[in-house]
Amino acid sequence: MTELPTQTEKKLGLVIDLDTCVGCHACVISCKGWNTENYGAPLSDQDPYGAAPTGTFLNRVHSYEVQPETGPAQLIHFPKSCLHCEDAPCVTVCPTGASYKRVEDGIVLVNESDCIGCGLCAWACPYGAREMDQDQGVMKKCTLCVDRIYNENLPAEDREPACVRTCPAGARHFGDLGDPDSEVSQLVAERGGLDLMPEQGTKPVNQYLPPRLKDDYTNTGEIDILAPLLDPVAPDAKGLLGWLDKALEKL
Amino acid sequence: MHPAPSIILFTVLSGLGFGLMIFLGLGMPAPTGINAFIWFALAYIFAVGGLISSTFHLGNPQRALKAFTQWKTSWLSREAWLSAITLTIMAIYGAGLVFLETRWTALGYLGAACALATVYGTSMIYAQLKTVPRWNHPTTPAMFIAYALAGGSLLAGQVSVSLVLMGCAAALQAFIFFTADTRFAARGHTLETATQLGDIGKVRAFEPPHTGTNYLLHEMVHMIGRKHAQKLQIIALLLLVAPIILLLLPFSHTLAAGAVLAHLAGVLTARWLFFAQAEHVVGLYYGKRG
Repeated sequence: MTELPTQTEKKLGLVIDLDTCVGCHACVISCKGWNTENYGAPLSDQDPYGAAPTGTFLNRVHSYEVQPETGPAQLIHFPKSCLHCEDAPCVTVCPTGASYKRVEDGIVLVNESDCIGCGLCAWACPYGAREMDQDQGVMKKCTLCVDRIYNENLPAEDREPACVRTCPAGARHFGDLGDPDSEVSQLVAERGGLDLMPEQGTKPVNQYLPPRLKDDYTNTGEIDILAPLLDPVAPDAKGLLGWLDKALEKL
Repeated sequence: MHPAPSIILFTVLSGLGFGLMIFLGLGMPAPTGINAFIWFALAYIFAVGGLISSTFHLGNPQRALKAFTQWKTSWLSREAWLSAITLTIMAIYGAGLVFLETRWTALGYLGAACALATVYGTSMIYAQLKTVPRWNHPTTPAMFIAYALAGGSLLAGQVSVSLVLMGCAAALQAFIFFTADTRFAARGHTLETATQLGDIGKVRAFEPPHTGTNYLLHEMVHMIGRKHAQKLQIIALLLLVAPIILLLLPFSHTLAAGAVLAHLAGVLTARWLFFAQAEHVVGLYYGKRG
């Protein structure tokens, strides 16, 4: 049903570390792979080897240039998928009840056999997290790999979302953000995790950890503890070199 | 937003059909027999034609009946109910006029109220969306209702009422054209709030996630035609005012037909702009806003 639960038992979600992400798009590929081969309609591609390929993805990585007032510009890679919002506007607009938020873990899902493909939920989402599959005409979105995280046929270490499992940089973390003692909640508290577009009032569960302060190559001053040892030892030249130095200065 | 022809036709035609039903329900006019049949057939062709057109943009229209289930939260579901209720009430009211030559006044008023509520329901599908600041405003339902009343009274041949209502609709549309451009910026949505990277400095979209296009860009970051927006706004307003002049001239059926066509063309142009000019906040992530 499209009425949002007043409270969920858990708030499963992702914590994405913008300091660590290297922008390799491995999470995009593993997401596409798992979610094409497993639950629900496959994530189709249109004209994949032609001149204008397009396709359905549940996770995409943007890259932004940020220019501080002083110092060099920074390049920040920015993975974006469903944030499993507490006040999910995509759920309440759904006319059929296909979209819903689970009471037990807070995951926002689409029941594809009820979806009429009207696209209103994609319009209601500020984050572009929902994409209509052009082959099946149903709405696709991140399921937080609901078919992995509880799947006892998988080894314990694989029971996390495919994007988290594959990330080579350790930039993606999965856990219960409703439990203040969980590792992800601790990480958010420690690093000052942020909501995307908070002014939309969606209360996202997924959190983004801001990039740490960067080193700055334009810093002057001591760059090396050995630097003092490299100071010139004979500042005042004598003899022939001294005469040459003075003669050249006068020119 | 992508100005899909099916959605433009749906909102314009069903608005016109339900607008005509408002006036038929109020007994303005109150025809009987075969005349009543023609009036009601016209209203149903517009209203039902519009609703059928709306199903063409669905990915799985065979499941459309499921849209009746979520009326508690969904304006789209409420709109489905309101239109079905209105069409049923007006069918019974119309049957009384056509076959029994009897006008059930109270039923007509109820039908008119439901028709008005249906138009409001349609408008709220768009006006509810916080993600599209241009639509998320009280002028959106006011505009849908103004067009339904103006077009409905025009089709119903209520010339004196229609003159006032068409003037109001054109004035409201002009007000929207003049004021809506600033709404996105007024909400404070920027690439900095979208990415939360503003504390470091000025953010610029450096590289998009994909080299080609995608559903999001096609559906919500539509850019085509905006360069002609101002010219189209003037054309829309001229077409909306034209019927007023045509109706003030000595009455003839040709001029009346011209007035209806001009009004229809004006509303279609304005509705195209309603979609084409609407900016969705997701465009921020692609560096396509502000």
